Amino acid sequence: MTMPIIELKNVWKEYGKEVVLERLNVRVEEGEFVTIVGASGCGKTTFLKMLLGTEQASRGDLLLDGAAMPAEPDGARGIVFQRYSVMPHLTAERNVMLAGELSANRFLGRAFGARRRALREEAQTMLARVGLGEAGDKYPHELSGGMQQRLALAQALIKKPRILLLDEPFGALDPGIRRDMHDLVLSLWRSQKLTVFMITHDLEEGFYLGTRLWVFDKARLDVQAPGAYGARITYDLAVGECPPMLPSLSAQLADTARVLSG
Amino acid sequence: MKKFINRQPSRLTAVLLGLLPFALFLLLYLSASGARLAENPDDRLLPAFSTMAEAFERMAFEPNRRTGEYLLWTDTRASLQRLGIGVGLAALIGLVFGVATGTVPYIRATLSPLVTGLSLVPPMALLPILFIAFGLEELAKVMLILIGITPFIIRDLQARALEIPDEQIIKLQTLGANTWQIIVRLSLPQLMPRLISAVRLSLGPAWLFLIAAEAIAATEGLGYRIFLVRRYLSMDVILPYVVWITLLAFLMDLALRRFSTWRYPWFHAQQR
Ligand SMILES: Nc1ncnc2c1ncn2[C@@H]1O[C@H](COP(=O)(O)OP(=O)(O)OP(=O)(O)O)[C@@H](O)[C@H]1O
Ligand SMILES: [Mg+2]
Repeated sequence: MTMPIIELKNVWKEYGKEVVLERLNVRVEEGEFVTIVGASGCGKTTFLKMLLGTEQASRGDLLLDGAAMPAEPDGARGIVFQRYSVMPHLTAERNVMLAGELSANRFLGRAFGARRRALREEAQTMLARVGLGEAGDKYPHELSGGMQQRLALAQALIKKPRILLLDEPFGALDPGIRRDMHDLVLSLWRSQKLTVFMITHDLEEGFYLGTRLWVFDKARLDVQAPGAYGARITYDLAVGECPPMLPSLSAQLADTARVLSG
Repeated sequence: MKKFINRQPSRLTAVLLGLLPFALFLLLYLSASGARLAENPDDRLLPAFSTMAEAFERMAFEPNRRTGEYLLWTDTRASLQRLGIGVGLAALIGLVFGVATGTVPYIRATLSPLVTGLSLVPPMALLPILFIAFGLEELAKVMLILIGITPFIIRDLQARALEIPDEQIIKLQTLGANTWQIIVRLSLPQLMPRLISAVRLSLGPAWLFLIAAEAIAATEGLGYRIFLVRRYLSMDVILPYVVWITLLAFLMDLALRRFSTWRYPWFHAQQR
């Protein structure tokens, strides 16, 4: 059996007394596309942060290639945050060139001459793919929210990380552009052998994009103390092989959401 | 009729309204000065505009009888040089330390208490020490400006650096950046416009320290001159000098603001 790229062994995440995630046991192989759905506040972003290295598991082992997950972010794991995370002081093109520039020169983090021209061309191609071909010399504040999100995606993808973490990246996009983004992510996922974890609130999107769909939910739920028990992966579906269970899943998630928000 | 709070003056009205207090002030001065001069033509307290214009012309365009210098320009050059060196050095030191303490937790833990402590020392209380240590020459005056405003700039930049969203710092690391690269590609460029606004805010105190130091020990300089002619009650020289200093301060502030909006458009768009 091959070594999984990510493996969780009885992982818990607690903030003080509040249990956010509990008893996570799961293996993910390289190249899988995992989509994650779940009620708001049930710990999806927290899970992504643990994969990113900015949050550590309170108990259990979180393994990357069989070794402990590095406790800080690095170039192997790219991310697009829920909130816009592009650099406000750089134009769109410079934002996309950033990864290349950083690896070009360890001290200045800038590229010069032919290297720079190559990076710029690459950035232009990537910008065109996310539909920002005309916006290269605009600053983020001159772009709409959806455009900034696409820029963030371009910026992360050009680095070609092994693992790509997406936190509701398409929430702010209109349906047309959303479909283009789906195609983009899928084609890059296929061509780069990425392993993707993507949080979404849209079950259909989860079914369409993923090879595997996880539902985060509180299996045990105390209405008096919602923080007493954490969320687990209650469904782990190989998408495409199971009959769609959209309606019943939606109903269950809505129940948990009502308790968490009440 | 809209509520008063929602009514905006037109551009012309706004300019006229803004000029109104100045006009009123001038009018007040003219009538007070006129009344005093009518009573006593030798009155020195509120000189007429013509007297001030003569004095200004004498200072600016006639060589001094004793030294052959054009005093206003000699004074201006001396003062601006002190101010420029003092504020320039303060900005440079402030930027280096502010970025370092604001970005790297270990440096912050080491230096931040020291900077906070230093910023609480009243700089004017150190002036005698500076004169003893550096003599009565240029260095003491520059040092006073430096000591007076650097702690503020460092603390301001540190606070601004801490406001940089975590997401951006994390994002840069996922793009492969090391600590140094985060400083030069994220902290430093984002803090440059902040530095300019910190410098703009500290120009007022910098002038204060400059004039205080010049008043006590100097042989030339704008502050030296007004305190010198005070002995002869020469309001006709003091008032134009004060206006001149104010004008210089205003122009510096304007230049910094213009430069900042031109060079860092993204920053000023965020501010709105
Ligand atoms: N730094 C923190 N300190 C304490 N509690 C936290 C912290 N971060 C998150 N939490 C708690 O962890 C729980 C899960 O938060 P998380 O952001 O992971 O939810 P989510 O599933 O991403 O929700 P959403 O869909 O709304 O983005 C929340 O109850 C939140 O209050
Ligand atoms: Mg979230």
